[in-house]
Amino acid sequence: MAKILIPTPLRQFAEKNNSVDVAAATVGEALASLTTQFPDLRKNLFNDEGKLRSFVNVYVNDEDIRYLQKDATAVGDGDTISIVPSIAGGRC
Amino acid sequence: MLTQEEVSRYSRHLIMPEVGVDGQEKLKAAKVLLIGTGGLGAPVAMYLAAAGVGTIGLVDFDVVDVSNLQRQVIHGTKDIGKKKIDSAEETMRDINPLIKIVKHEVALTSENALAIMRDYDIIADGTDNFPTRFLINDACVMLNKPNVYASIFRFEGQATIFAADGGPCYRCLYPEPPPPGLVPSCAEGGVLGILPGVVGLIQATEVVKLILGAGEPLIGRLMLYDALAMRFRELKLRKNPECICSTGDVKLIDYDHFCGIQKPEPPPVVGEISPTEVKTMIDSRQDFILIDVREPHEFQIGRIPTSNLIPLGELPKRIADLDPNAHYVLHCKMGGRSAKGCDALRAAGFKRVFNMTGGITAWSEQVDPTVPKY
Repeated sequence: MAKILIPTPLRQFAEKNNSVDVAAATVGEALASLTTQFPDLRKNLFNDEGKLRSFVNVYVNDEDIRYLQKDATAVGDGDTISIVPSIAGGRC
Repeated sequence: MLTQEEVSRYSRHLIMPEVGVDGQEKLKAAKVLLIGTGGLGAPVAMYLAAAGVGTIGLVDFDVVDVSNLQRQVIHGTKDIGKKKIDSAEETMRDINPLIKIVKHEVALTSENALAIMRDYDIIADGTDNFPTRFLINDACVMLNKPNVYASIFRFEGQATIFAADGGPCYRCLYPEPPPPGLVPSCAEGGVLGILPGVVGLIQATEVVKLILGAGEPLIGRLMLYDALAMRFRELKLRKNPECICSTGDVKLIDYDHFCGIQKPEPPPVVGEISPTEVKTMIDSRQDFILIDVREPHEFQIGRIPTSNLIPLGELPKRIADLDPNAHYVLHCKMGGRSAKGCDALRAAGFKRVFNMTGGITAWSEQVDPTVPKY
């Protein structure tokens, strides 16, 4: 099982969970499992073409998946997947 | 050269080998621009003033509101209604009269950013919106100045240094801003008052370290802080070879447009109703449904007695339960979210949908002052 950390701004779309454990072999599978469980998250993470939005970054442990194998990055037991959206502060 | 007065004032720095007289002179010679004197800017300004940063520029055009005081500790109750820049200057002068404070009472724009930022060595971004953050980043890349960055949301903060020599910039991390409406805005968001204190002081620490050339600067690393878990995490930030900071293809643009923000249009008159008209409708027992589209915790602060709570985010799911032929009035805090709610109902074929102008804030001002404003 890998652990996905849900950031504060997106917890409202994930039934207030701050982390979710998923069984998955890759980051792509892990996010697919997450958005199947919480469909409201989908539009916040992916654009209409199903690609990860450019204001959302995904890390496996401390490394950005854009510099690993992107969606195909392998994950295993004990790995932490972080979703890190851009936050501005007070106003939007 | 430090004066005798400065030697006494900064003695705790001078006896530290990591600062010493040389370091203190570097601090005195440094010019730092703080953009925003709000939650993040407040602690940064106060501590950098105390530390003896010789020239501190402030950019802000806002005035102090009572709701700022929960976190913006540079301003006090006596400052409500005053320009933030003046209130901040007063506090900083009280802390340290030996430094120079330069006030830029403007909104930072593509037109004025380079001229304002050019005179400083280090920029600290303490703003609260995406267009200004991208503007600051791009200007820092163009001017080759480090951008000591922090941002906060509820009880979470992010901090790093962008655009330092050889390091990544904001666009390496986030090439584009989120479209408006996709991330929760201030109205639903909120922030724990203490949070900008912690995160702002990470910023101030990094500013001082850059000036001193001491330690390991927060370059190429994104610090994430979760106050509830009381946990710091660090992620790697890499310079993207395709980013404008690598290609050099950078110019200042229309950042509101880039962030998908429409210029405010005059609100449509049709479909709006004033709080006093709503009050008359309630008193004369007219048949209509009043829907409050705010969040439950806002509803708890104050409500209109006959209202029904359906937070805007839940409205799409609840539309099927609503009678499309009934007469609806929607309200929120200020009128923005309820306008979106009205659009959603109209799009679903509802014919008699009205937005209460000015939200519960206007209700408090025009109808019932016992409903608190927040």
